[in-house]
Amino acid sequence: MGTAMARDKIRIGCGAGFADDRIPPGVEIVEHGALDYLAMECLAERTIARETLDRAKDPAKGYTPVLLERMEAIMPPALRRGIRIVTNMGAANPMGAARIVRKHASDWDCPDYTCAVVQGDEVTDVMRAHPELPLMEDGAPLESLLPRMASANAYLGADVVAQGFGTGADLVITGRVADPALFLGPMLHAFDWSYDDYPKIANGTLAGHLLECSGQLTGGCFADPGKKEVDDLAGLGYPLADVWSDGRVEVSKTPGSGGRLDIATCTEQLLYEMHDPCAYITPDCVLDVSSVSFRQIEKDRIGLSGARAQPRTATYKVVVGYFDGYMGSGEMGFAGVNAVGRATLGIEVVQERLRRRGLTYEEMRIDLIGMNSLHGNDDSMCPEPYEVRLRIAARTPDRKAAEAVGAEIRSLHMQGPAGGGVNFGARQILAVKSVLIPREWVKPEVIMERAV
Amino acid sequence: MSVRVYDLAHARAGDKGNTSNISVVAYSDEAWQVLRRELTPERVLAHFCHLTTGPVRRYELPQLRALNFVIENALGGGVTRSLAIDPHGKSLSTLMLTITLPGHNEGALAATKAVH
Repeated sequence: MGTAMARDKIRIGCGAGFADDRIPPGVEIVEHGALDYLAMECLAERTIARETLDRAKDPAKGYTPVLLERMEAIMPPALRRGIRIVTNMGAANPMGAARIVRKHASDWDCPDYTCAVVQGDEVTDVMRAHPELPLMEDGAPLESLLPRMASANAYLGADVVAQGFGTGADLVITGRVADPALFLGPMLHAFDWSYDDYPKIANGTLAGHLLECSGQLTGGCFADPGKKEVDDLAGLGYPLADVWSDGRVEVSKTPGSGGRLDIATCTEQLLYEMHDPCAYITPDCVLDVSSVSFRQIEKDRIGLSGARAQPRTATYKVVVGYFDGYMGSGEMGFAGVNAVGRATLGIEVVQERLRRRGLTYEEMRIDLIGMNSLHGNDDSMCPEPYEVRLRIAARTPDRKAAEAVGAEIRSLHMQGPAGGGVNFGARQILAVKSVLIPREWVKPEVIMERAV
Repeated sequence: MSVRVYDLAHARAGDKGNTSNISVVAYSDEAWQVLRRELTPERVLAHFCHLTTGPVRRYELPQLRALNFVIENALGGGVTRSLAIDPHGKSLSTLMLTITLPGHNEGALAATKAVH
């Protein structure tokens, strides 16, 4: 350990694609995937804002809540096999995550290990110093969000992940890192690729993009009975990538697991959240997948080719989390003859009762679940169903007004048309917007957990 | 004879902010020709007009027989503040597949059935 050994090929597995992703397939890929590296991606756009709030209440917290449960299952079998792990479960407190994992590791029968922590993605001070920065969404200045700001984190690249592994660490814990960079990082480390070696950076970033949503590459988000069959969807396996030092990549999945990995699943995941296929911007490159093609090498094994890359941009993208009031909502079910009529009356009654209480809302949304809640209100698509659920959701700066929405729906039980099956709730809204900042404003650093 | 996109292609939806990204992947070369000709951004916007005023952009990936649609302002303000029951709009791929395309597409449909 300590220096990257020259190797011809590495195998990187995906152990999680979102914070609460299923843990058993992560254990399976560790036990049966013959991996060298395991990457676990657990940070959605706004989850880090919630973790930043946790840290404000308790300075030891602020890491992904499922951290310990996931690490208890994954770390011991991974370390016993010499599999090195990278994860962004550090969220708003990577060092706190490293320390709490260390505290528990002896109870988990973990072999001794070293842990590197990536810090420096948090840029709230930079945001406060630059209220003039334009928001990417609408060009308005950042200033208006600052009083309500909950978090601000730059998407770091694969270079700091590689630097983490360069310390010899078995475990690299980060905060905000671009999702594909969690996978490109081990490649940069193992093969010492340079950022101006565009074909390799392109293939590595593409592999990371394909793997970072775990089961979405291997038959998740895909099955349609009778049309698009997926074998043993219940036992869906997570994906892995074989990467050669010359940049060649093949993707596969845990041997013996359920699911499917073929050109159809790879094509769907290639374009997932891609927008312009010629310009997918990551901190590591501007990826062009417009000429990518897939080749089925054998069952559940696909070769990638045709990815191209342009140099990384001079900026980091920062996601700013901010408080945006409260959302209250509730549902109630109606069935049988004239179900829709009674649901519609229920909606009118709730709206009128809220109005008579003097409550107003920035936005209110009405759904009839079973008719229009997912695809909208085109009447031609909505034959009258046997049963339907009314749903009302509203946004307001006032918590009590938000809670009133659900309370009035609950009251329909005894003071509305006949129906049943109520649920309701209210929560604070953490919204996000983005800005771009010059790279030199961000100072990523790698720190050894035990050196602190 | 008209044909549903469902019979010609599969699709996946994802989100970024207030923008929906929906890919449409043809099952066959014949289906690809029909989709490329008929599944225009204008037709997609017309089918999504109760959700958004657009714009809709379309990208072509012929080697994958895939179209990628980027539909702006379609997610009720974006995942984090949307009041929708499906704030990510992941179900919108199946709305795309309900679009009916006009014209004489029996060949494309027959070829697709042969694949499955």
